[in-house]
Amino acid sequence: MSRYFTEDHEWVDVDGDIGTVGITDYAQGQLGDIVFVEVPEEGKALTKGDEAAVVESVKAASDVYTPVSGVVLEGNSALEDNSGLVNEDAEGDGWFFKLTIGDKSELDELMDEAKYADFVSKL
Amino acid sequence: MSDTETDTTEPETLDALPLDTWHRTKGGRMVPFAGYEMPVQYEGIMAEHLWVRESAGLFDVSHMGQLVFSGEGAAKALEALLPGDITGLKPAKMRYSMLLADNGGILDDLMITALPTQHPFVSSEVEKRESDARERVSTSLDTNGEGDAAQELYMVVNGATKWDDLGYLREHLADEITINHLDYRALLALQGPKAVDALDRIVPGVAALTFMTAGAFDWQGHRLWISRSGYTGEDGFEISVAGDAVEALADALVDQPEVKPIGLGARDSLRLEAGLPLYGHDLDDETTPVMADLGFALSKRRREEGGFMGAERILLERENGPVAKRVGLIVDGRQPVREGAMVVDDEGSEVGKVTSGGFAPSVGQPIAMAYVPAASAVPGTTVKLAQRGKVHSATVTAMPFIPHRYVRAGASK
Repeated sequence: MSRYFTEDHEWVDVDGDIGTVGITDYAQGQLGDIVFVEVPEEGKALTKGDEAAVVESVKAASDVYTPVSGVVLEGNSALEDNSGLVNEDAEGDGWFFKLTIGDKSELDELMDEAKYADFVSKL
Repeated sequence: MSDTETDTTEPETLDALPLDTWHRTKGGRMVPFAGYEMPVQYEGIMAEHLWVRESAGLFDVSHMGQLVFSGEGAAKALEALLPGDITGLKPAKMRYSMLLADNGGILDDLMITALPTQHPFVSSEVEKRESDARERVSTSLDTNGEGDAAQELYMVVNGATKWDDLGYLREHLADEITINHLDYRALLALQGPKAVDALDRIVPGVAALTFMTAGAFDWQGHRLWISRSGYTGEDGFEISVAGDAVEALADALVDQPEVKPIGLGARDSLRLEAGLPLYGHDLDDETTPVMADLGFALSKRRREEGGFMGAERILLERENGPVAKRVGLIVDGRQPVREGAMVVDDEGSEVGKVTSGGFAPSVGQPIAMAYVPAASAVPGTTVKLAQRGKVHSATVTAMPFIPHRYVRAGASK
């Protein structure tokens, strides 16, 4: 399983054709206390870069873009009642949604963990 | 991921306030605000907010403008611009008021205090010299201490509007009225139920102040002007201190076990829960005191006599009711509805606007302030809010959302 990152601070874990998407630990730290998350519905077709989810902190609302194209398999229902999971475990239990990846070549445009760490260190 | 809300445009050059370095050392995340860099948070807005409600928080509000008015008839002169009873304000008492435009719109909201006759801000000879050097007019204040008729007034105005306020005040007040901008002084707010314990330990005597009264206190050779007031709905104090002493005072305060530094983020959520409007958001030059539901600031004598900017419109509006009114809203569900969202009718047409909103940590759900048509302003009314293509339902609610816990004169503790 490999993990890829976007410059907009989303991550996607790839396991076969299934991708799991969330926001990075850096992003949750920047947002602060997360009070609401809206995840996409099952069956929704997304094109890479589409607004796929909304995350709201005490401070502001932010859009989450899908790092790859695909069809949504499920949103993380645990976030409905406990959006704070994103603060606690952004790159684990605080995932946003899973999708079947349509075109795996899109992953080539994303960063790996080392590149993302380097990218964040320069912000 | 990206912010969906557009940042307000800020001037390109930002000034540093006296506590700038102190905030950074304490881990404050600095953001542009009112022309300065200010800390939006330290450990996190939610934790800071809850800390203030249960203990005490230290806020740096040095961006705000501190003005002293002196000269024969200053209080009377100010009554032409403010709708409050200023001439009747007893020494060391303060009042919430508004600076009004001639159409009745609100140019700023403010706190005004009647000072004891001697200029209370200057204690040491050093401070006197510094203050004289900075402010030509300080001389007249310092020699004004023999109890002559000229009442001095101290006014605290919003940081983002202070320069416009100064221009407007200077334009409308006679030359005999001196305005001294105390820009060498910093302003701290210590807020929360344990603020009195912490502050009285280092400045003995402040516990004797009651809500909306003030006095001069000495601390390590510095003259402090302290009022029992604030903008969180909690008991607390606001402390005016010379800029070169504020860091030592801030250190002494956060050394108290009850006190943590608190950023602007929690200041905003605290005042929202307290139902207190924020200028530039819930109040502006297109809203009147009546629309803003600030009728309490129209003192009885002033309502009867009129004679202030916009009096005709404001008094008529008070008589007949405003077209739109500021109300509190509790939003259904978990998603915050924020400033800029529309209040819509059943057809989806805009009938009002949300002027502040967010998740309320102590309420545990999203709340907002909005201007709604008078017919919808009754508590219990359901209104619809449109934000980013989604319609939310909300209920008009009496404010404050969290009861005020001020320590008033005569109240048993």
